[in-house]
Amino acid sequence: MAIGLEHWLILAAVLFSIGLYGVLAKRNAVVILMSIEIMLSAVNITMVAFSRYGQYITGQVFVIFIMVVAAAEVAIGLALIISIYRRRKTVDAEKYDTMKW
Amino acid sequence: MGLQIAFWILAVVSVGAAVAVVLLHNVFRAALFLVLCFFTVAGLYVAMGADFLAGAQVLIYVGAIAVLIIFGIMLTRDSTEGSPSGRLRLPALLIGFLFLVTMIFVVIGTDWGAVAEVSAEPTTEALAEAIFGGDGGFVLAFEIAAALLLAAIIGAIVLVRDK
Repeated sequence: MAIGLEHWLILAAVLFSIGLYGVLAKRNAVVILMSIEIMLSAVNITMVAFSRYGQYITGQVFVIFIMVVAAAEVAIGLALIISIYRRRKTVDAEKYDTMKW
Repeated sequence: MGLQIAFWILAVVSVGAAVAVVLLHNVFRAALFLVLCFFTVAGLYVAMGADFLAGAQVLIYVGAIAVLIIFGIMLTRDSTEGSPSGRLRLPALLIGFLFLVTMIFVVIGTDWGAVAEVSAEPTTEALAEAIFGGDGGFVLAFEIAAALLLAAIIGAIVLVRDK
């Protein structure tokens, strides 16, 4: 059975679901960030797959921009986590309740 | 044939590494499995003929983001806590599973109009042409991305520096 577009899309969906579970279920803020990175990688795989099997290069251009935004996001996210850790001495996302209404 | 073998090996390893990231109790080991997951995603890009993106993936994700995350783990060491699951574990499992089933139904049920045989050519020149070439391309988005990175660097420094 030849590898077609569907294989790549389903693989990306599996990776995205794993990342989604991690984001929703985990309490460690750093692990939540790591799960977000897995979800972004899954989306990138989808983009490249469409770019390849649709013969448009634009999908790969979008992947470059997603990588840039992911780098900025993880830098800011970790800075926030470290900043909160210094004040509260915890990385447990369920204890970050200062802005909870 | 080679593509099939490569796909299945990379798919199994990447999914296994991603599962390890969300299931392992030790945060540092989870980060190492995240690095493995990034590497296999780079391999998947190679299998799809996206050579430039594979290089960028290794440089940015494996080189920069993974190191950044490991630094973050080292600086917020919670040795007793590890990486436990919250109260929403079962709902999260259910939501992830439902999302996966929905996506698989959509992917299988849709006619994507995909090209069957694709040629594998170097993509670097085509990417440069698409971003900077001819009728505008993505030059504005490129400049905004540069400004975004600068803002992120300054923001990260301001957030974590000692007062």
